[in-house]
Amino acid sequence: MEEKRGSSSGFWRWVIASVLFRLILVYFPKNLHLSSRPEVSTPLTSLRRLAEGYWLKQSSISPYAGSMYHGSPLLLSILGPLTALRIEGHPDHLLCSLFFLLVDIINALLIRATGRCIQDAYGRTLKSLDLVKPSEASEIILSGDLAALVYLWNPFTIVACIGLSTSPVENMAIIVSLYGACTGLVPLAAFGWVIATHMSLYPAVLIVPVILMLGYGPDAPPSKVFLQKKHEKSNAQVIFSWKQPVHFLFWSIMWGMHVLLLCGISVRQYGGLWEMLRRTYGFILTVEDLSPNIGVLWYFFAEVFDFFRSFFLIVFHMNILFMVLPLAIRLKHRPAFLAFVYVAIVAIFKSYPSVGDSALYLGLLALFANELADMKFSFFLFCGYIGVSLLSPVMHNLWIWRGTGNANFYFGTAMAYACFQIILVVESVSSMLDHDRMLVKFVAERNHVATNLR
Amino acid sequence: MELLPSASLFMLLLLSLLIFLPLISIGSVLDGQVEEKFTEELLLKPLPDRKVLAHFHFESTAPRTQYYGRHHHLFPKAIAQLVQKFSIREMELSFTQGRWEYESWGGYDPISSSSAKPPGVELWAVFDVPVDQVDASWKNLTHSLSGLFCASINFLESSTTYSAPELAFHPASVNLRYGTLPREAVCTENLTPWLKLLPCRDKSGISSLLDRPSIYRGFYHSQRLRLRRVKIRADAPDSDTVLEQTLTVVLQPNGIRSKESQSSKRKLHPTWSMSSLFGRKIEGRCALAKSSNVYLQLERDLVAEMKRLKEKRKFFDISVLNEDLIENPAFEISIKPDLVLREVLSSQNESSSLTYEYSIGKSASPNTFDLSFTWKSPVAWSCRKPPLRASRFLMGSGNERGTIAISLRSMGPDEGLNVSDMDKERCVLPVNIFQVVPWYIKVYFHTLKVFIDEKPMSVLDAVEKIHISPSEDKVSPGVMEMVLKLPCGVKSATITLEFDKGFLHIDEYPPDANQGFDIPSAIITFPNIEASIYFDQEITLKDLPLLSSFQEKNPIRYYTEVLLVPLTTPDFSMPYNVITITCTVFALYFGSLLNVLRRRVSEEERLHNAKGKSGPLSRLIAKLRRSKEIQPQSTTTSSSLFSSKLILKIIMVAAIAICWQYLSG
Repeated sequence: MEEKRGSSSGFWRWVIASVLFRLILVYFPKNLHLSSRPEVSTPLTSLRRLAEGYWLKQSSISPYAGSMYHGSPLLLSILGPLTALRIEGHPDHLLCSLFFLLVDIINALLIRATGRCIQDAYGRTLKSLDLVKPSEASEIILSGDLAALVYLWNPFTIVACIGLSTSPVENMAIIVSLYGACTGLVPLAAFGWVIATHMSLYPAVLIVPVILMLGYGPDAPPSKVFLQKKHEKSNAQVIFSWKQPVHFLFWSIMWGMHVLLLCGISVRQYGGLWEMLRRTYGFILTVEDLSPNIGVLWYFFAEVFDFFRSFFLIVFHMNILFMVLPLAIRLKHRPAFLAFVYVAIVAIFKSYPSVGDSALYLGLLALFANELADMKFSFFLFCGYIGVSLLSPVMHNLWIWRGTGNANFYFGTAMAYACFQIILVVESVSSMLDHDRMLVKFVAERNHVATNLR
Repeated sequence: MELLPSASLFMLLLLSLLIFLPLISIGSVLDGQVEEKFTEELLLKPLPDRKVLAHFHFESTAPRTQYYGRHHHLFPKAIAQLVQKFSIREMELSFTQGRWEYESWGGYDPISSSSAKPPGVELWAVFDVPVDQVDASWKNLTHSLSGLFCASINFLESSTTYSAPELAFHPASVNLRYGTLPREAVCTENLTPWLKLLPCRDKSGISSLLDRPSIYRGFYHSQRLRLRRVKIRADAPDSDTVLEQTLTVVLQPNGIRSKESQSSKRKLHPTWSMSSLFGRKIEGRCALAKSSNVYLQLERDLVAEMKRLKEKRKFFDISVLNEDLIENPAFEISIKPDLVLREVLSSQNESSSLTYEYSIGKSASPNTFDLSFTWKSPVAWSCRKPPLRASRFLMGSGNERGTIAISLRSMGPDEGLNVSDMDKERCVLPVNIFQVVPWYIKVYFHTLKVFIDEKPMSVLDAVEKIHISPSEDKVSPGVMEMVLKLPCGVKSATITLEFDKGFLHIDEYPPDANQGFDIPSAIITFPNIEASIYFDQEITLKDLPLLSSFQEKNPIRYYTEVLLVPLTTPDFSMPYNVITITCTVFALYFGSLLNVLRRRVSEEERLHNAKGKSGPLSRLIAKLRRSKEIQPQSTTTSSSLFSSKLILKIIMVAAIAICWQYLSG
């Protein structure tokens, strides 16, 4: 962490190093077999399935025929031609790899910009509360740079990028939306949100933090602080402005119509939009594919009795939605952090999770390095992540390739991974709330001192 | 006034016409010689690997006229009803055990291309119904057949097991459905209902040879039932229903002469007779059969070998060369044939195969007919092999993914198409490949690769036509049909396809899940090469359905072996553990996150009041004390707010309950 804090030249050096590292890995034969790892490519994000869909489309069969491709038709028309192109003497999917590499860099830069924006807002609010001390200011880490480097150098990100999964593209849509919301670029935020929702459905819940971010600004201390502060400066309170959220909704509808129109054109002769929705969102929601991944749903639905299937489908998806409202109420003054929590929860409980989703929320987590500095269990979690990411391939190998293990072993690691992620979410929320309490306490103490002095 | 008599006359005429019309029509029908017909035939053929092929062929024909109505004399009523109810135009059902060895038993003759079938059950049918009703008809048909033949054909009802091929079958039709059950065990319980369809059952005639133990001892056993609706004349309004029942068995005769010296015994083929093969003799013909014939067929190569032998012996033996080879130095037949049929060949330099015909009942011998075939000197010959030998195999290890490869290899320079060198460049050998894969084998069709003579070819160059319908999870199997155009002098051709193995729900695994899953045989047809035998005799083919079926233009068909694909299994024993543990994780998430979110006033108060940490006991006491202190305060200060909140909550819960009641009820 120490070396990552520093001037911007240091940052760029690390970025270039990460690009070179990826290029070296791309030139390893057969992608190091990463593209067929269950951790990397799920039925939704596998580039191989996308290539199959593109091939079917080229042979004038519906790309959705055959339960292979379940992604967006727009992604198919962008990435499809890249999968078919080969350059002599280079790895098979070189163009796709370069595309994903570029996407990763853009993601990192957007995270950096978002981080700076959030940090500026945070600094401003602290200043408005007279809480900032000159000694503290120098100790504050440039969380944007840190988050960008964490994102770039996270093994999960690297593996997802080299393993040719489409999750970097999905992550980009989410980050674009957050960046747009942070900087107040309403059309960009709406575009990112619509595309992210279109590609993987779950980012739809991000509408809550995005609207909050547009309404309240990227970061604000808890309202209680202002209630206490109110006695002195009544004008400091942040009021929810409705103008930008309404703009956002308008733009979302606009972009949504556009996306639907384009999709409708591209799947016109293959059953139309309804077929597309059934094959993409339907596939996500009904968990039809039971091939193993790092989530917990595949084994559950492979084992659960058929007549309970729809009940549990509803329950598990409701679990994601249940927490949206309580979290939004409690963290409404920190919409960027709220977005992180939503992304993490979705990454745990989505039907086909991959390490690409984890990579995104781990990158976003570093945005709040200052606030979450005294998080509990951080070392334990770090070890847990490393342990699971080493054990899980071993168990998979034992079960699938050697035939000596058992499905339960692999599922056990998936279970442990889910538990670690849950602890991470819970602890980060808890420490963020503690941080807010600390701010309140500071303000209250100051008030106390002030009144005493008076 | 004059109109009336003419009108009455007209009416009278009409009446008389109405009365006589049926009579006239019956008369015409009787004149047209429509009667049900049954023939029984048996073809025996010595095979190069010391085995004997016995091919039983029973054919019943029923004209479809008003005269007969629902009653039949010879034609099985069960089948007639089936045809009528499901409007079957054509159907074929086969039960097979064992694998036909194309290399040693032949792959170029009518018997192998029509009667060599994949292991298990194979069913295909063409229906005369509108396209949208075909699937319903198929489902009903499978259930009926399943009851009729005591087999689990009803498993073909599920849409994951059958497909609608477009190129592979000759009567290409959108109304065709095809399904196989590779793992169906075939036994005598399937044969008995099949025999029941014969008018004489197995009581007399040729079918009396069917002794169960000796038939099921064989190396290959395939019972087939084929239904066709044939129009005798093009303008005929109704068509005849032809039921063709064949049973093909490959038996190993146990050598009668065991006293022979070991060296000559090894070379000499075992001598066999009908009684030694089947343990029974033919006791007269079936009284209801129109014709009852036994044939003995000698392979082209065997005849050529005989002639060579004779040429050799000619120097020693002055006896006149007999073209029909009834008297020859290599073997001896116990009964003299009634007729010898010689194959007509296009090229003169090959020797033609011979077929001896014995007609039972007509022959001078007494009631029992027992043909025996005695080898006198060792002869080695080979069967006519298919143009290309096909084999299918899996590549790759592990239970995640793999590759299916179908490889076609040329059988040698002499087989295949006889073409001059000049034509060789332009000459193209079309090969039709039909492959069905179950949905849990998820084939990536974009990975299709074609290798010709071990050199990779682009798919566009090598494939003339391709039709793919990808599999859909739990709905339909994947079907791949392609017409490969191979150069005639091709040595080998291979196509490979990559696939991922699917993961099933525990209920979808069969009881012996670790044994693996069967991929049905691929069908390889050579549409330009016909396996037919033309005979020189001017015979009326109507009376000899087996021989006339030999003359039909049937392309050579080749079934590859069934592939066994092992799939990964989940743990079958502990669904409860998985359910409870997963739910625990969800509860952990829900509970702990909610707990973090709702930790409120007390915590903040404590943070505010208490500096530093205190023990859990003191914290608890403090909490209790504080709650006692706070309780009256809060109730007095915000009682109205509190009550309104409470009411709101109650209303919400009630609304949810009502909604739930309404939706679930």
